[in-house]
Amino acid sequence: MNPLAILRKDCERPIVDIDDFSLLDERDHLHYLDSAATTQKPRAVLQAMQSYYEQHNANPHRGAYELSAQSTEAYERSRQRIARFLGVADVDTLIFTRGTTESLNVLATAWRHANVKAGDRIVVTRMEHHANFIPWQQLALAVGAEFVIAELAPGGVLDLDHLAQCCTPNTKVVAFGQVSNALGTINPVSDIVRIARTTGALVVCDGAQGVPHFDAAVDALGVDAYVFSGHKMLGPMGIGGLVVRREILEAMPPYQFGGDMIALVGDDRSTWNVLPHKFEAGTPNVAGAVGLAAAAQYLDVIGMPRVRAHEAALLAYASARLTEVSGVTVLGPPPEQRSGVVSFVLDEVHPHDIAQVLDSAGVCVRSGHHCAQPLMRALKVTATTRASFYVYNDADDVDALIVALLTTRDRMGLA
Amino acid sequence: MSAELEELYQSIILDHNRRPQNFRVMEDASGHADGLNPLCGDQVTVWIKLDGDRVADVSFQGQGCAISKASASLMTQAVKGKTLTETQVIFDRFHAMVTGQGAEGITGGMKALSGVSKFPLRVKCASLGWHAMKAALDNAAP
Repeated sequence: MNPLAILRKDCERPIVDIDDFSLLDERDHLHYLDSAATTQKPRAVLQAMQSYYEQHNANPHRGAYELSAQSTEAYERSRQRIARFLGVADVDTLIFTRGTTESLNVLATAWRHANVKAGDRIVVTRMEHHANFIPWQQLALAVGAEFVIAELAPGGVLDLDHLAQCCTPNTKVVAFGQVSNALGTINPVSDIVRIARTTGALVVCDGAQGVPHFDAAVDALGVDAYVFSGHKMLGPMGIGGLVVRREILEAMPPYQFGGDMIALVGDDRSTWNVLPHKFEAGTPNVAGAVGLAAAAQYLDVIGMPRVRAHEAALLAYASARLTEVSGVTVLGPPPEQRSGVVSFVLDEVHPHDIAQVLDSAGVCVRSGHHCAQPLMRALKVTATTRASFYVYNDADDVDALIVALLTTRDRMGLA
Repeated sequence: MSAELEELYQSIILDHNRRPQNFRVMEDASGHADGLNPLCGDQVTVWIKLDGDRVADVSFQGQGCAISKASASLMTQAVKGKTLTETQVIFDRFHAMVTGQGAEGITGGMKALSGVSKFPLRVKCASLGWHAMKAALDNAAP
């Protein structure tokens, strides 16, 4: 067998039963290559949510009646299941939020009042998603702190020497992504944590693009805060989480006030509920949590090492085949250092035009700045085209991408 | 490839994308304005020079997809030398065409933009330079 055929064989079939994904199953000619934006949802997730609403729906933590107790149990059992999936031992330090963006805003807002003042420093990296960039930038502007960006080394990886220079003793926050959403670069978390620990900073890891793709082992990362989204790991939209070390959460003021998060409400002052409720004001998204727990279960049955291996196989095959399309430049480090993401430019063709032609072949890719404008500036591009792979993709999807890219060259008048 | 896609990327569009007309900075403009598509980061600047109530010159620069670049290029050809009233009429006709309300009164190369109406997501791309042109007129010192 020739080398390309071997690469193809390694990712010939999806590692899930496509029947589990109605949307993909019912559209034979769809090649969904935008899982870094959001994943498709398996039936198990949708069924778990539906049966919650059909069998256990009531407001949790409130009613004295049995149904409310069932709802509370469904919610808290989901928290335990997801914490186990994440590798978080202290279950009550997992706060449910709407997702990564809300988690980071909670953190930046709650952390700010007590801990960052004028003259302090906040460090982020050049490859952050806007959600892990703007909240810190705005915090710095609000309190008069210094906002510093750790730059990239050649090849689209973080420059650890520059990061070390950025981490001065007055640094109060170091925020970084576990995996770049735009390039797929897998960051060396232990090196980053070691450097950040030379300061007294809050160390924040954005795991939105990490959790879906390999064993997150959050406790073992040694960070202070870890955030993620459910919808990028087969779960529903509108649920995600924030994991923070207990002593930090206990010292942090609440982010929102209202029902469920209080202990006693006096006429002129109030006290707060215990964790995790202190940070979950209002009626929670129970069905979302139940759906996310079902997604964690689904991924655990596959096994995260298999997920990682399948993505790596797809990436290897795609990388080899992309060389057939002249004018393609893949951005970022070599495939071995990336999650299942290939971000590229094609000669003078604008990514929007590429995505349009690809769409006509049923190939769904993301085009644009990927909510990472600071990174695009550093790479000296305005936009890229990004294909991202997941458990339900296979070699046919890669083949369709390549054929559609050749059509794009033709259609856009490139020789 | 679909017929609709063929209609979107007509050769006139591809030509204007590769060799945009009036693609330059104007030093002595009466006014200019920026257009930005925050969704994709596309950006255009349009300069206008007025002579009385007539558009004596119009130019643009920027980065964008083939549709936005070609549309801006066609815009400069369409309004150059026209009066402010005529410019408004051309703008309204363009807008009606790309939003699928018919191509009545559309002449010349602008006809090539009719395919945009089949792709609602691309109306924003096609309109970027046109809205910047309107804003530049609003900013123009008489």
